[in-house]
Amino acid sequence: MDDFIAARSQMALSLGFHIIFSCIGMVMPFFMATSHYLWLRTKNPVYINITKAWSKGVAIFFATGAVSGTVLSFELGLLWPKFMEHAGPIFGMPFSLEGTAFFIEAIALGFFLYGWNRFHPWFHWFTGIVVGVSGLASGILVVSANGWMNSPSGFDYLNGQYLNIDPIKALFNDAWFSQALHMSIAAFVATGFAVAGIHAYMILRKRDVRFHLTAFKIAVVYASIAAILQPLSGDHSAKDVAHRQPAKLAAMEAHFKTGKRVPLIIGGLPDAQNEKVDYAIEIPGGLSFMINGDWNSEIKGLDQFAEQDRPPVLITHIAFQIMVGLGMFMMLLGIFYLFVVWKKKRWIEQKWLLWLFTAATPMGFIAVEAGWTVTEVGRQPWIIYGIMRTADAVTPMPGIAYSFYLYTAVYISLSVIVTFLLYRQIKMVGKLYGTSDANT
Amino acid sequence: MLYVVIFYLWVAILFYLLFAGADFGAGIIELLTSKKNRNKTKRTMYRAIGPIWEANHMWLIITVVILFVGFPKIYSAMSVYLHIPLTIMLFGIIARGTAFTFRHYDAVEDEMQLLYSRIFELSSFVTPLFLGIIAGSSVSGHIDPNANTFVDAYIYSWLNWFSVAVGLFTVAICGFLAAIYLIGEVADEHEKSRFIQKAKMMNIAAVICGSIVFMAAYAENIPLADWMFGNTVGISAISAATVSLILLWYFLYKGKTRILRVLAGFQVLMILGAATFRHLPNIIILKGGSYLSLIEHSGQEKAINALGWALLIGSVFILPALFYLIYSFQKNSVRASL
Repeated sequence: MDDFIAARSQMALSLGFHIIFSCIGMVMPFFMATSHYLWLRTKNPVYINITKAWSKGVAIFFATGAVSGTVLSFELGLLWPKFMEHAGPIFGMPFSLEGTAFFIEAIALGFFLYGWNRFHPWFHWFTGIVVGVSGLASGILVVSANGWMNSPSGFDYLNGQYLNIDPIKALFNDAWFSQALHMSIAAFVATGFAVAGIHAYMILRKRDVRFHLTAFKIAVVYASIAAILQPLSGDHSAKDVAHRQPAKLAAMEAHFKTGKRVPLIIGGLPDAQNEKVDYAIEIPGGLSFMINGDWNSEIKGLDQFAEQDRPPVLITHIAFQIMVGLGMFMMLLGIFYLFVVWKKKRWIEQKWLLWLFTAATPMGFIAVEAGWTVTEVGRQPWIIYGIMRTADAVTPMPGIAYSFYLYTAVYISLSVIVTFLLYRQIKMVGKLYGTSDANT
Repeated sequence: MLYVVIFYLWVAILFYLLFAGADFGAGIIELLTSKKNRNKTKRTMYRAIGPIWEANHMWLIITVVILFVGFPKIYSAMSVYLHIPLTIMLFGIIARGTAFTFRHYDAVEDEMQLLYSRIFELSSFVTPLFLGIIAGSSVSGHIDPNANTFVDAYIYSWLNWFSVAVGLFTVAICGFLAAIYLIGEVADEHEKSRFIQKAKMMNIAAVICGSIVFMAAYAENIPLADWMFGNTVGISAISAATVSLILLWYFLYKGKTRILRVLAGFQVLMILGAATFRHLPNIIILKGGSYLSLIEHSGQEKAINALGWALLIGSVFILPALFYLIYSFQKNSVRASL
């Protein structure tokens, strides 16, 4: 394996692994806080059981996310030393603030996990909120750093020199808001559907139905609302990308030739060599309308960019289709669920509805991974858009392929163990929380 | 502001060594504990370390962020030439962090516990070993930017007697810190004497490893003796460490836990101070005597200023919360062990 490809694969693997754990770490505290709040208000023991069961999952996911995040902060340098040498001081602001946010999160988590019966109940509840808020802040900050790679700002680039650094301007780069918003909502969608799906499946299996039904109801409300909001944020993101990174938008849409009344392409298999898309459904003028609000407006195609400056079309387009497709499905499911709750309450326990949610368990996370593929592959061949090429940033050390194999082995084993632990936690719910004794 | 940032870097390294070091050490102590007493030690560890476990490891993140934001050339040089030990250390961190938590949160207690424990104990040894190797390598003068072969550039940069000796010394220090810390976490006299025994053992190990570091430095022409003893600050720090060592043994016999902790922390402070005072701000010493300096090779002023403010503001939030966390769980820990 070529060192450059190995370095890119290792980075993709590490990010793809970490993102799952950070989403859960960002969102689960809010689910826990909701259930915890209901316990403190109603003193119904099912709520404290759910809170405690979830908190164990969070501890497992947080530990894994913390180490994989630590690894990433080193990997940036281990794999891309030239990039970090120049970018570090410029886009360091979000990372230094994130250091604080993450630290606070770890402290608050210590209070929350070990603080049962030690503190005033509402202080203890509040530490759970702090975990969530600082986790969310960490996520937003890291995404802002990624936004800077897509939309570099806060410096002047003259003859290969990075001058007049302004870290604050780099922090609030043009991409930060749309990316951070889209990612934060995505974390709620992905975690919400995953949690709701697991509990839905347990209801179908008729295990501890009251426990799982209550947990399902909390998660599904977050998931549905987030899934309905997400397409709006997606629309904003697409317009933003069209404006900042037209090459990325063109790759997402497999749009080869600049022109007016550009169709929106749904599905299809892009053929970059012959600059056409096979087997696609086309909505005439759809893309022009989506981006500019005018069916006849012009959209830049890939032909506007030199061959060596074009992102890989096939991967970007397919990943984008997967993300949008799953997003739409979850949005419909979300709307439908809220309608059901509102109109036909008894439907909640219908088998087919629970099966739909069970099927949706992995969808949010698949969409998150696909979305990051769009962002990252769509930015290629640049590591800093328009400034530094990814190939120029890679470490001079040979043999990165072996490092990639090792990381792959480690992350696969970790995924297996985490899944196994989660399975055991869920299997033991009946034993651990079967009684109504709240203090066990 | 540059000096503020350098101060934070130094403090973050010190705190990582003290707090995460005690964590690593706990695993080392567990490794050295007989099977019979292992479960007891494990329980003590959870009570004592569990709540602050994640927070202790944040100091490493702070260190890395300061390096790549404030001193990108230094971060990039370390990343390239110390790629292999850094990667091994990272695998150690992954293994430890997850095994510790998995062991505690596995809903079923069965033979998996043994697997988690083995991984935890082994990685508790490997991680500080490689941390020490990385620290030793950065000042050993073995990093050679002009190297032509893979082995010269990426292996001998860290695989040398001096670096390995520093690694072993770090392991001993961690074990020592953990034993001292754990003495104060148990009320049972028998348990206490077991940790006192371990503390003595690790202290002797540290002194032996420390001597090996000096011998290796001498053999490899690293002016360590000059850094340590060639200036008044170094000499005073070493003398203070020696005096505190004698006091420490005295209080070990007495079993005074608070004073012991202060003395152990003080010793590490003095050793790190003596080891770094003379060659700071030169944090990386390359082959041929050239160096990378925290002052000459720092980032642009505006980046340093922003970083400095972020750290200052960050500590306003972090330190009180961290202090309260440690305080609230300390208060109850010994009582809970009864």
